[in-house]
Amino acid sequence: MTVQATTMNPLISTKSVGTSLCHTSGRDLRRRAYQWVAFMMLRGAILIVAAALVIIVGFLVKNGASAISWNFLTDVPREYMTEGGVWPCIVGTLLLSLGAMGVAMPLGVASAIYLHEYARPGTFMRIIRLGVNNLAGVPSVVFGLFGLGLFVTAMHLGVSLLAGWLTLGVLCLPVVIGTTEEALRSVPATYREASLALGGTKWQTIWRVVLPSALPGILTGSILGISRAAGETAAIMFTAAVFYTPKMPNSIFSDVMALPYHIYVLATAGTEIEKTRPIQYGTALVLIALVLSMNLFAIILRAWLQKRHAK
Amino acid sequence: MQRRTKETVIKQLFLLTAVTSLAVLTLIMVFLFMEGLPTFGFVSVKHFLFGMDWYPTDEANPDYGIFPLFAASGLVTVLSSLLAIPLGVMSAVYLSEIATPRVRAVAKPVIEMLASLPSVVIGFFGMVVFAPFLQSFFDLSVGLNLFNASLMLAFMSVPTIASVSEDAIYAVPRELKEASLALGATHLETLMRVTIPAALSGIGTAVILGMSRAIGETMVVLMVAGGAAMLPSSVFDPVRPMPASIAAEMAEAPFRSPHYHALFATAMVLFLVTLFFNILADYISHKHSQAGAASL
Repeated sequence: MTVQATTMNPLISTKSVGTSLCHTSGRDLRRRAYQWVAFMMLRGAILIVAAALVIIVGFLVKNGASAISWNFLTDVPREYMTEGGVWPCIVGTLLLSLGAMGVAMPLGVASAIYLHEYARPGTFMRIIRLGVNNLAGVPSVVFGLFGLGLFVTAMHLGVSLLAGWLTLGVLCLPVVIGTTEEALRSVPATYREASLALGGTKWQTIWRVVLPSALPGILTGSILGISRAAGETAAIMFTAAVFYTPKMPNSIFSDVMALPYHIYVLATAGTEIEKTRPIQYGTALVLIALVLSMNLFAIILRAWLQKRHAK
Repeated sequence: MQRRTKETVIKQLFLLTAVTSLAVLTLIMVFLFMEGLPTFGFVSVKHFLFGMDWYPTDEANPDYGIFPLFAASGLVTVLSSLLAIPLGVMSAVYLSEIATPRVRAVAKPVIEMLASLPSVVIGFFGMVVFAPFLQSFFDLSVGLNLFNASLMLAFMSVPTIASVSEDAIYAVPRELKEASLALGATHLETLMRVTIPAALSGIGTAVILGMSRAIGETMVVLMVAGGAAMLPSSVFDPVRPMPASIAAEMAEAPFRSPHYHALFATAMVLFLVTLFFNILADYISHKHSQAGAASL
């Protein structure tokens, strides 16, 4: 301990060591006290973050639980959405997010394979990466306008499931690319080398060796992508979602109702905002239950994978 | 020979998909400019950017000045950063350097869950729970205001800042920390004088990405910011940031009307601002990336 304190300052000469020794215990105590206080503050920060999650989820559960019933989950909205359930919104959200993954998965996985397995570092790769990173940072409302301009208007798809899939698909593309690349990184290089040494071509190696061992990681990523797409509002409000539609979607050109948009509409533009409050809480609770359970599943899957890798 | 051709074809196919992201980004830009640029046929660039009045639906005398919207976006971002940066960075430091594996196993999913909360849910919370609370606590006339929106946005950007900073702190080589500890520095001194300075560029990237997320976040500001297109005189005044204005008015703006074009032009400004932030983040993380133990 005494050495610790004196070596802190290299300017202390051997001559002054004697005098500084007398002060060490006090100074040491102070240093340790600082550390204690600082670590407490750091701990406090993480507690605040955790508290925010608990408070938000807690309020929604507390107020939404009473609205949830079998009827609420399986019935259609009635009486101008002041009664009834959210079944069409659940169906719409599931269709939208699964379809979006149908668009984003093939493109994203293939992009990640190129970036991780084929591309050599250089300017070209730098530009592609910059493209991916910037796409990830585009505001969701801008994706909405883009979908409106390209898919809804220019391609004449109208406000439809298909337009929503394409818009949400490109929105989720960076998520899929990122998680797939991470999964590819976790495949040991020795696997690839073994396959190549046996005479396998690059493609055979990727298809038979790399992809199978990266598959669970890729699946984790796709679950995260689906949950991201399921909660997205601004990107679908001009491209796929409508306030209310009496019919269930029956083709890829149908417009749909969706949970996030339903919450937004009921909370801000409904005719009787106060009266529908229980439905709003209920819808929000259904949405976060959907999203959080998918995330929790992905987190558990990932933890299990890491354990398996560590063995 | 055939095998080789097949390999080349496959490689080219992958290359093609890898360019998709770039192509989409370009298309986004093309569409925003195509629909946004006609705005400057009826209003000058200067008036659009610095005009103080946003009355796009006024029939006799419409006005398209987005300065109040732009300022509102800037203000919510700065205010939310004031809270999100310390919280996010401190959480990252705690998770990567101090937490025991057991605490980490719980705390990290918590941050990830916060990141996955849909923005509309956070907006809804701000609207029905936090706004009434603010109103009664500070005795305000409206609970939907700049302060509320900033607070909700802060909790949306904390996970981004925390997870990117954490990666940066992780990337600091062990030797640096060990050297500092071996010289007798305490854990805290090592953190403050070695680990954090070494990770500073990564933390900078994290902060910029978090701010960029806050600028572009739509649902929260749409539901919680109050929606008044004017310069606020206090943090408890309602505001109307750019994304809120676009999302709220797009449904009502007639197709290809001046209002429609003005909204696309607003989206163009928003896009360019986030693009700038993202390129800046990319530049910082490449320019000052930690290469081995030597570059502290």
